[in-house]
Amino acid sequence: MLRVENLSITFNEGTPDEKKALQNIQLELKPGDFVTVIGSNGAGKSTLMNMISGALFPDVGIIEINNQNVTTLKEHKRAKKIGRVFQDPMAGTSPKMTIEENLAIAYARNKTRTLKPGANKKRRALFKEELERLHLGLENRLSAKVGLLSGGERQALSLLMATFTQPDILLLDEHTAALDPSRAELITNLTGEIVKETHLTTLMVTHNMQQALDLGNRLIMMDKGQIILDIDGAKKQALTIEKLLQEFKRIRGTDMDNDRAILG
Amino acid sequence: MFISMFNAVESGIIFAIMALGVYLSFRILDFPDLTVDGSFVTGAAVSALLIVNGMPTGLAILAALLAGFLAGSITGLLNTKGKVNPLLSGILMMTALYSINLRIMGQSNIPLLNQETFFTQLRSIFESLGIDRAFDQGLTALGIENLPSTYSALLIMLIVTFIIKFITDYFLKTEVGLALRAIGDNEQMIRSFSANTDHLKVLGLGVSNGLVALAGGLYAQFTGFSDLNMGIGMIVIGLASVIIGESIIGTKTIGRTTLAVVVGAVIYRIVITLAIRSDFLDNGDTKLITALLVVLALVVPKVVETVKESSRKRKKRQALNQQVRRGA
Ligand SMILES: Nc1ncnc2c1ncn2[C@@H]1O[C@H](COP(=O)(O)OP(=O)(O)O)[C@@H](O)[C@H]1O
Ligand SMILES: [Mg+2]
Repeated sequence: MLRVENLSITFNEGTPDEKKALQNIQLELKPGDFVTVIGSNGAGKSTLMNMISGALFPDVGIIEINNQNVTTLKEHKRAKKIGRVFQDPMAGTSPKMTIEENLAIAYARNKTRTLKPGANKKRRALFKEELERLHLGLENRLSAKVGLLSGGERQALSLLMATFTQPDILLLDEHTAALDPSRAELITNLTGEIVKETHLTTLMVTHNMQQALDLGNRLIMMDKGQIILDIDGAKKQALTIEKLLQEFKRIRGTDMDNDRAILG
Repeated sequence: MFISMFNAVESGIIFAIMALGVYLSFRILDFPDLTVDGSFVTGAAVSALLIVNGMPTGLAILAALLAGFLAGSITGLLNTKGKVNPLLSGILMMTALYSINLRIMGQSNIPLLNQETFFTQLRSIFESLGIDRAFDQGLTALGIENLPSTYSALLIMLIVTFIIKFITDYFLKTEVGLALRAIGDNEQMIRSFSANTDHLKVLGLGVSNGLVALAGGLYAQFTGFSDLNMGIGMIVIGLASVIIGESIIGTKTIGRTTLAVVVGAVIYRIVITLAIRSDFLDNGDTKLITALLVVLALVVPKVVETVKESSRKRKKRQALNQQVRRGA
């Protein structure tokens, strides 16, 4: 479903600030794969996500989605195939517009936008039905402006907007990191439920190791622009935080810099 | 007094179309587009030129709209494809339009005094139907002496402007319109939902300046001339209308906000008329008054908000103190 081959990018090449953010990344996701991505700060996780979504273009390498080479496809065109949720709860929705209007925008993601009304009776019914999955009562607040919602509610809405039109790939970049623990747990659970029900092929970056272990069928660890660990199936089921830290030390020869990594 | 208020509302309702255009760029796209000063004149110039050349008045107005659309699109292309900053894109286009408008007109002023215009046509229809006479009689009965020469312009323009308002409301709720609104609100988000923000900005600025030029085209036929300098300060007038209207009527829904813009444009005209009628201000002061109006409309709601907030806090403190005392 997603194939990344030999992907590399260097920022500020040839200057003292030179940064090899991604080095020869190889990655292949099968349909329905739910991959969690961990790694220290600056490992290149966001850069990888931005490159898959088309917000950034690689120096070398190929990106294929659903057997189509999208390496040079512009961000907005690629977005027809990709659902995204950002770290900042403010980033995924339009605050001055209503819940219904935001969902109508998301509904048009994989269609051509026309001069027909964005919301009609049929769509409104669909929006309500989808909002009910969130168990936040938002289905009764269709005409409320999104700017009035709490961070957790906005992030739940963002998650729904990114997923309910069945994208080929779902990209989540630390989408629970800016929320307080109880809201983060709510969004984590919702993510698990939605991905399970819809079988979306998902790439989820998280700084929470426990979350990376609990969710998904495969885990990759990144460091210094490389994928240093890739574990799936039964082996992933058996993983623990201690084992992950040991594994990191074995590969890199030093302790993981886990100033931001939440261990439990 | 009545007649000058009447005239203020009459031209205000035409300027409301221009204000709706400014609303689209400033509020919907969050793009401070200064093309307006030029595109208003482009509309007037095209409409006047075509009328002098014997074109039907309706076609002349339509052509004005298209010319404005083109001008706005170029500003949009400068910004999106040329990566020129929004303010500068508008200033460049406005400057270029000054020469273009002169080319269109061939001279700095086209008078339409003895030409048939949209408004002279309306007037003869109203006269032949006896509508004007009926209004005259009604107003005379109310004791008003100085009567307007025709009611056709006001009544028909009210209808035209409101039709444009309702079309704008509809448009802003379509799939394209929703994407357009998201640009001014959260551009990263709308791109992640597959909208081509470059194309949408070009379209939005095109429609915005199309409306401005439409107003210019109508205004030229209304006043009976097109002048190279008639657009100076137009952007601030548009902005004043938007801000005044919003602070009085509010922005709860799209329909309410566009209504606010229309009402704001009329109120603006009334305020200016009243100001000029006073003994110590004259025509030359209108720009200063406009600027002051914008400042007032921007500052007063903030002050009111602060006062409300502090009185709310004071009440809360008192309530808390009382509770503490009762508890003690
Ligand atoms: N646009 C950019 N210009 C220069 N350096 C960048 C840019 N984006 C990211 N980097 C650098 O690349 C590295 C990887 O960043 P990022 O992918 O954001 O890491 P993370 O794994 O924490 O998400 C970091 O060292 C970062 O400073
Ligand atoms: Mg990151």
